[in-house]
Amino acid sequence: MATETPVKPPAEAPAKTRASGAPREGAVLNFFSQGFLWLWSLMVIVPVVWIVMSSFKTTREIASAPLALPESFHWQNFANAWTNGHIGAFFLNTLQVMVFSVTGTMLLGAMAAYVLARYQFFGNRIIYFGFAAGMMFPVFLALFPLFKTLGNVGLLNTYTGLIIVYIAYSLPFTVFFLTAFFRTLPTGVAEAAIVDGAGHYRLFFQVMLPMAKPGLIAITIFNIIGQWNQFLLPLVLMGRNPDDAVISQGLANLAMRQGYEGDSGALFAGTVLAMIPIFIAYVLFQRQIQEGLTAGAIK
Amino acid sequence: MKHGRYPFILSFLALPVGLYAWLVILPFAQAFQISLTDWSGSSNSFDYIGFDNYVNLFKDERFVLPALRHTGIILVVLPVATIALGLFFAFMLNLGGRSRQGRIEGVAGSRFHKVVYFFPQVLSVAIVGILWKQVYAPENFGGLITGTLSAIGLPSPVNGFLADKRFVLAAVIGVLVWSAVGFYLVFFSSAMASIPRDIYEAAIIDGAGRFQMFFKITLPLLWDSVQTAWIYLSIVALDVFVLVYLMTPEQGGPDTASEVVGGVIWKYAFKHGEQAFASAIGVVLFFAALSLAVVSLRFGRREQIEY
Repeated sequence: MATETPVKPPAEAPAKTRASGAPREGAVLNFFSQGFLWLWSLMVIVPVVWIVMSSFKTTREIASAPLALPESFHWQNFANAWTNGHIGAFFLNTLQVMVFSVTGTMLLGAMAAYVLARYQFFGNRIIYFGFAAGMMFPVFLALFPLFKTLGNVGLLNTYTGLIIVYIAYSLPFTVFFLTAFFRTLPTGVAEAAIVDGAGHYRLFFQVMLPMAKPGLIAITIFNIIGQWNQFLLPLVLMGRNPDDAVISQGLANLAMRQGYEGDSGALFAGTVLAMIPIFIAYVLFQRQIQEGLTAGAIK
Repeated sequence: MKHGRYPFILSFLALPVGLYAWLVILPFAQAFQISLTDWSGSSNSFDYIGFDNYVNLFKDERFVLPALRHTGIILVVLPVATIALGLFFAFMLNLGGRSRQGRIEGVAGSRFHKVVYFFPQVLSVAIVGILWKQVYAPENFGGLITGTLSAIGLPSPVNGFLADKRFVLAAVIGVLVWSAVGFYLVFFSSAMASIPRDIYEAAIIDGAGRFQMFFKITLPLLWDSVQTAWIYLSIVALDVFVLVYLMTPEQGGPDTASEVVGGVIWKYAFKHGEQAFASAIGVVLFFAALSLAVVSLRFGRREQIEY
């Protein structure tokens, strides 16, 4: 976790000190670095705004006048994306998977992390490092054996299969992060609860979990974004029926099909539809999302 | 509180450890085993052939060697570019400006930039791929860059940037850097927040400019974070494939110009039915990732500074 030293505003710093540092660097440097900062912002904003703009154009306009504003708002693209492109169905599919996979990841991850952090027993270290090592494995290596494993138990091309795979592949980071978090929690409260007669299970669910809330929230956000954006696993494990696709896979299929049918208006409308919920969530929770995504990196 | 301890531990660990062992550890172990056979992936019979796959993969000039070369390039360019930009932006947005009270803070507009820079990080790779494929598209398909170039009278590749052997790899790396910079900006920002401001104030009083502040104070104190970022980005670099899959012609083309190791594994495993060979490439990738992490942890260590 971040060991942030609270930064004291240097109230006593006198206004005069400013004169010594600033002017020498010159306005040129300032102009250059400010310009570069704005350039990068534009590099993010322009493609996104441009694709939103394109989603209102007819396919012919997209190809012939890429830089122009749409002649009129061609809402038909969105209707096409929703019905022919099944974007709505892909949303529901993804939601259906993630309700279970994120809940499962958090529950199993917290259970394992708690035991590994707070109980000494034979094999503790081995299990902990076993999980931690999983963060380094390139997924490619496991794809085919995993495909076969799920096929053998009849879970290939099922949501149940995808859900348990999401959980298993989210566990390394979740356990690694939460173990560190549970270790930092004070022992005093737990001891008091034990004195009051709480058993192991009550201690976990009623005392430790609520105390671990900040860590749990951060890592939940991390897993939601990670699993929402997952592409490789559904590509391999849910390949048979295109109607069952999750959102990123469905979009990619749409993009591949677009090559033949040439309806780029609907493709961009679909892309914009897929961006909207992420954009809203990002604007509302951008601080929490930034913290959640970078939390694991800062130990 | 001693009683019921082991049943409790067991009940909490059984499911997560079991699931993890079954779906993560076991497939990885099987991949190592498969790499020593001649298994195609579909038949039921196979023979152990030792390390032949490993020997052969270094002779595969069609796919594996170009892929190793391209992944090698990404492995160098992606961390260097992302860390350099991330550090520069983090410094400018947190420490680059001076308020009227002589207080150190980010330049004007810092909050806005931070929110914008981070946004690509939350976009799914499918969206990023579709977005940039169109940005790089040829002029008669309405590409943004080609269209802009021709609007100001400059030449651009006729088939767009992704169908051009000279540009395709750089184009993919550009997108990778584009989406990663925001994350490392925030990552370095929180590391910078823990450097006491007194150090900077003392430096300013001694007449240090922003260059000196960055190279003599910030960078040395952030060394650990830079190293962590390096490991993360190396792992990202080795895993690059989905963008190549989504954006480039022939999923690694044109003519293997954007072939990467992950893509070659994919092609051999799921398209050419050479599972054993694909696994051998995967094992090489695994050891590459492992040794990178070990090397940078071993040789990158510097003394810790406690504030």
